[in-house]
Amino acid sequence: MTNPRVLPTAGREQQVLDRIERARRRRPKLREERITMSHGAGGKATHTLIEAIFLDAFRNPLLEPLEDAARLQVGAASLALTTDSFVVSPLFFPGGNIGDLAVNGTVNDLAVAGATPLYLSAGFILEEGFPVADLTRIAESMRDAAAAAGVAVVTGDTKVVQRGKADGCYISTAGVGALTAGVDLGVANARPGDAILVSGPIGDHGVTIMLARGELDIEADVESDTASLADLVAGLLAAVPGVRALRDATRGGVATILNEIAKAADVGVLITEDAIPVRDQVRGAAELLGIDPLYVACEGRLVAVVAGDQADDALAALRANPLGAQAAIVGEVTAEPVGLVTIKTTFGGTRIVDLLVGDPLPRIC
Amino acid sequence: MRFVDEFRDADKAHALAARIAALCEPGRQYKLMEVCGGHTHTIYKHGLEDYLPESITLVHGPGCPVCVIPMGRVDDAIHLASQPDVIMTSFGDMMRVPGSNGAFFDANARGTSIKMVYSPLDSLKIAKANPDKRVVFMAIGFETTAPSTAMTVLRARAQGTANFSVFCNHVTIIPAIKAILDSPDLRLDGFIGPGHVSTIIGCRPYEFIARSYGKPVVVAGFEPLDILQSIYMLMLQLREGRSEVENQYSRVVPWNGNPVALKAIGETMELRPYFEWRGLGFISHSALKMRESYADFDAELQFDVPGVRVADPKACQCGEVLKGVLKPWECKVFGTACTPETPIGTCMVSPEGACAAYYNYGRLNRQRVPEAISIEPSRP
Repeated sequence: MTNPRVLPTAGREQQVLDRIERARRRRPKLREERITMSHGAGGKATHTLIEAIFLDAFRNPLLEPLEDAARLQVGAASLALTTDSFVVSPLFFPGGNIGDLAVNGTVNDLAVAGATPLYLSAGFILEEGFPVADLTRIAESMRDAAAAAGVAVVTGDTKVVQRGKADGCYISTAGVGALTAGVDLGVANARPGDAILVSGPIGDHGVTIMLARGELDIEADVESDTASLADLVAGLLAAVPGVRALRDATRGGVATILNEIAKAADVGVLITEDAIPVRDQVRGAAELLGIDPLYVACEGRLVAVVAGDQADDALAALRANPLGAQAAIVGEVTAEPVGLVTIKTTFGGTRIVDLLVGDPLPRIC
Repeated sequence: MRFVDEFRDADKAHALAARIAALCEPGRQYKLMEVCGGHTHTIYKHGLEDYLPESITLVHGPGCPVCVIPMGRVDDAIHLASQPDVIMTSFGDMMRVPGSNGAFFDANARGTSIKMVYSPLDSLKIAKANPDKRVVFMAIGFETTAPSTAMTVLRARAQGTANFSVFCNHVTIIPAIKAILDSPDLRLDGFIGPGHVSTIIGCRPYEFIARSYGKPVVVAGFEPLDILQSIYMLMLQLREGRSEVENQYSRVVPWNGNPVALKAIGETMELRPYFEWRGLGFISHSALKMRESYADFDAELQFDVPGVRVADPKACQCGEVLKGVLKPWECKVFGTACTPETPIGTCMVSPEGACAAYYNYGRLNRQRVPEAISIEPSRP
């Protein structure tokens, strides 16, 4: 017997899905009257805030791509400029501290823009009573991280606020790098058929911070992956002409980057869960906490979009660097469904990987 | 990763898909309800529907603790949190649940101190660390989480923590299932029973479903193969004309439940005469409150709680979704006015909510595995 409802139901569902896609393409409206923690989480709420407030106020062609670094022409020089602030809690954690994080974060934003990182500024907001010994440790870590990345901290600023008006130490860094003519690694360059790679196991930094807070009574042998990606990127770009786009996966994790690719380039992104490198400790902790490693922050991992026929070359180039030893091809760029990231699960099903609404874990970097 | 990967084996899933498809009778449509939001989450997260033939529809039930909290209780909680020197604690899922004037996140932006905890016991730590504050734990959840609230209260009394109390919103699953069974607009063929709740209450409480309503129940685990196997067990019962309570999750769920946990609940809490469920309305004997002997830990007695009833927004059809009458996408505001970032209804908030799970994971054309299609009865 025919069930007359089957096909019409599927048709109606598709209509609803189409309507939702249209709604998602509308310019987001900021509805909240006050800033909530969601606005700092790097997901949809952050995007809405940036577009509704900052892009609206500062609108110019250099800002509009909303890439990690702006591309500037100053006289004959092509420069990349970026800035980043760090409020991580705790300040010291396995594998690093707020100091090397502040240097590497800014260096990486320049590196994935295809720029050679050169100079950094560092602004410090310190809370009254903060131990000088801790500040010394932080400064020494910054010195070492800068040396490793081949950059110099050339200017800075210091402010002190009353006890209780800040949490120990916040750092803001800005960086300038030299752009190579013709190199454009924006995520809008992705095309169907391209391969997607990640440079190593994901989620280490976020899980480390979560456990370092000591609130969860979970212990795991895992440390932050904070590192400069400058060498890794230089090696990749030298070996593979077909690198189309690079991003470093920080707050919001790899899933957020993949969504940015899908939306900026009007393409689909299909990844395979089995192919994504995740340490067992990170998977285990994430499983216990009910979070998905795809959304957990990294501080020394990049996502690369590479012409499909050069995927193996790119993989070899990444793996040639110790930082990329566990690099993997995790998926591909597809023509459909436009703007969506889908994943083939280990279980064999498919689902969407959407932007996160709010991070359950504030102050990760 | 051991104890996880075994339950996500794609080969076994394909084999189960074929066996499930083989049990479908030609022309018959099956509606199975997964009662628990945890199951809904697993189904979407792993793309489990790809393994099911078109004739089996999964209906998402009311077992999402956050989804059934009415707006009035959120407003009451924010009122409590706004009292001088109060620190409120709750599970992370609650932070985004909208009341009539915003959610906990928005209340915090206006000055309240509502903190997320992973365990109610963490609230006790906060209470001890802040002796000049009054710490109120906003307790939510079914029988799954009620024992940890009970144990926290027992410990608070044992160690004499006087600045701690509980705003109790614990609900019980059986009256909700009964309300759904008695709902005239719904025809279900069987139930995937809630696994976590059953670790506490066991399998016996479901026997009335099989006996009086003639519907099979299979208590299921939370990994994708658990759910697929439970669907197979339900389909086998239907094929053989049986209606029994079976336990697929026997590695965790004892038939008679957890007597220690039940005793702790019974010691500290008692049934309310009635409680309002979001979308389902008032259901008698469906929720727990603190016993009189634990009145000093009952925030509803320690503070002045307004207890205002707030009607659901008109556009919101969470009730129909919670009863399984509507699929998430059939709600008028789904995905347009109501999204995870700006939820109107509770089903769009928690990752266990049917709408949020569907919106986040399921908005795509299903690509069914060959096993689920090949044995599909041919349609004339």
